[in-house]
Amino acid sequence: MAPASDVALTVKDLKTFIYTNNRCNKAVNGVSFSIRRGRTLCVVGESGCGKSVTAASIMQLLPTLSRIEAGEITYHSDRGDIRIDLLPRNGRKMRAIRGQDIAMIFQDPMTALNPVYTIGFQIMEMLRYHTRLGWRARYRKAVELLRSMGIPLPEQRVDEYPHMYSGGMRQRAMIAMAMSCNPKLLIADEPTTALDVTIQAQIFDLMETLKREHGTAVMLITHDMGVVAELADEVAVMYMGSIVEAGTVDEVLRTPRHPYTRALLESIPILGRGKAQEIHAIPGQTPNPYKRPPGCQFADRCRYRIARCETMPEETQLSGTHRVMCWRHADEEVHLDAAE
Amino acid sequence: MPQNDLVDDQEGRVTALAAARQAVPAPEEPILELKDVKIHFAVTAGVFKRVVGHVRAVDGIDLQVRRGEVLGLVGESGCGKTTLGKGILQLVNITNGSVTYRGNGETVDLAELDSKALTPFRKRLQIVFQDPYSSLNPAFTIFGSLEDPLKKYGVTTRAERRRVIGDLLEAVNMSRDAMDRYPHEFSGGQRQRIGIARALCVEPELIVCDEAVSALDVSIQAQVLQLLMELKRDKNLTYIFITHDLSVTEYLCDRIAVMYLGKIVELCDAEDLYANALHPYTEALLSAIPVADLDKQTERIVLEGDVPSPVDPPSGCRFHPRCRHARDICRQAEPPLKRYEIDGRDHYAACHLIEREAAD
Repeated sequence: MAPASDVALTVKDLKTFIYTNNRCNKAVNGVSFSIRRGRTLCVVGESGCGKSVTAASIMQLLPTLSRIEAGEITYHSDRGDIRIDLLPRNGRKMRAIRGQDIAMIFQDPMTALNPVYTIGFQIMEMLRYHTRLGWRARYRKAVELLRSMGIPLPEQRVDEYPHMYSGGMRQRAMIAMAMSCNPKLLIADEPTTALDVTIQAQIFDLMETLKREHGTAVMLITHDMGVVAELADEVAVMYMGSIVEAGTVDEVLRTPRHPYTRALLESIPILGRGKAQEIHAIPGQTPNPYKRPPGCQFADRCRYRIARCETMPEETQLSGTHRVMCWRHADEEVHLDAAE
Repeated sequence: MPQNDLVDDQEGRVTALAAARQAVPAPEEPILELKDVKIHFAVTAGVFKRVVGHVRAVDGIDLQVRRGEVLGLVGESGCGKTTLGKGILQLVNITNGSVTYRGNGETVDLAELDSKALTPFRKRLQIVFQDPYSSLNPAFTIFGSLEDPLKKYGVTTRAERRRVIGDLLEAVNMSRDAMDRYPHEFSGGQRQRIGIARALCVEPELIVCDEAVSALDVSIQAQVLQLLMELKRDKNLTYIFITHDLSVTEYLCDRIAVMYLGKIVELCDAEDLYANALHPYTEALLSAIPVADLDKQTERIVLEGDVPSPVDPPSGCRFHPRCRHARDICRQAEPPLKRYEIDGRDHYAACHLIEREAAD
């Protein structure tokens, strides 16, 4: 493990359940990870796997009928460790952390920005809550932030409304807002899913620069393995509320040990390999979250299922950083088969 | 269609391709031919809906679709790919140009037909929409949604319709009893398969797949892609595959047309696009795509700015404001789509600088 001072946030055995219609969805069911300064952790998984709920738990932005049932979320601030899960959701301490220490970028910038206020007003609002700057200084800072995000004519754009921005510019404005207080941790929840690839490349460039210059820890939530390969330092693969495999990007992408990780990698066509490549679909679909299988959540769709998969596999540490939740992680038969 | 047989081993594939080249001599009549197709939408203002300009969604497209091929249309949002797909099916009115369909010994310009005369051709050209949630009527059972086209095209008895729909659902890997259930009971991937079954139920020759897999999770996306390929082989279909995802296109398509602001900027065989992209926009697009392979990480070419508005496209080459190679000629004259030859295969690109580079 890295020295503790290097770690920005630790999540330990987090369980977040969501309640609807007298039913309980164990959206996040025992998740542990840590995020280091200046590094990017990519959380990857399909829709409904709990990746966004994990982010919402860290920010305490969960829907009303849900709660953190167990586990610890510890934010390692300069002032000492703070247990985020123990803070009241909208208490003063939580609001101070939100935005200043931990900032978040959402998937859809149009719904995340308020349409009736100017972009400048919304950036200045952040600064008003978290700094002691006066109006003039805030305004200058807002213009400066927009300029550093590569928005043309920031002096003019700062007074414009979100609808006057294009999709890519809105996302930049969101990032400007998130970066306004130099947060230690930036959570980006599918920041480029709604954007075109050329705009996505611009946003990624920007995020890389920010990470390098400010040493921000980044938690990037995505469903795109391509994004993982390009941006991640560490990867956590989620399936139905658990991290089934985690490690450095090399470990997970080059030597995947969980059948789901491998199936995910085999199911996407890779640019440049042409028509000769084989892609393998994962049979079946993700289980109903209200009727989960008792053991390994992936067992029903797994080629290597054995009787033991009826019970929940334990997390096994393969190396200092690489861990996997699969009974057959060491089974050579499984991995030889896959190597073919 | 031999050229699409997914023969696994490398050698088998090469022979299959060679056989395909010999078996299908080039001058076969294309199933669909577009000539200078323009689709403009009026922009109105004020109480009297005065026309103040036009959105040139599709602005002069020449394209041939060969029988039995998968033609990919790729580009960023707003480049006109979906509008072109709808224009081909006459779901939007074409402002200018012709869409010639050849099949069953007939040759017709679909753009000239009125809605009544179009009816028999609607059967042959079908579409699968992007969003599987909004393209099925939630108030109808699956049978209710799928039986209308059958009624229209002459399957009169209910029992027969049930049989046909049951067969179709099985063809798309779903159970027969799915037909008596409602759309909300299905997942996204299942709905997309129902959408495909609906397109298939009138036995079309050509299907326009408009972002048919974009809304699906990757594991489900692969299922639907494989299904589309199987159906194509079994039913001898032609696809126009509209998507923004170049990795999928390269895997699935025989030829790819790259669109930018209502124009085709590059058109070539799928294998050539990645290896020998000629147009700077295609290069940038290819480099911008994140690839899930750690050994294939390339330098990103980051384009500056956004796609300009199609109401007032830039002069000359439409890509010039974002192009890193732009010169004076690019600002003044619009480059035509020219034919080049790479390894004996046709490759079309619209850029002034290609020849100049070759000459240098």
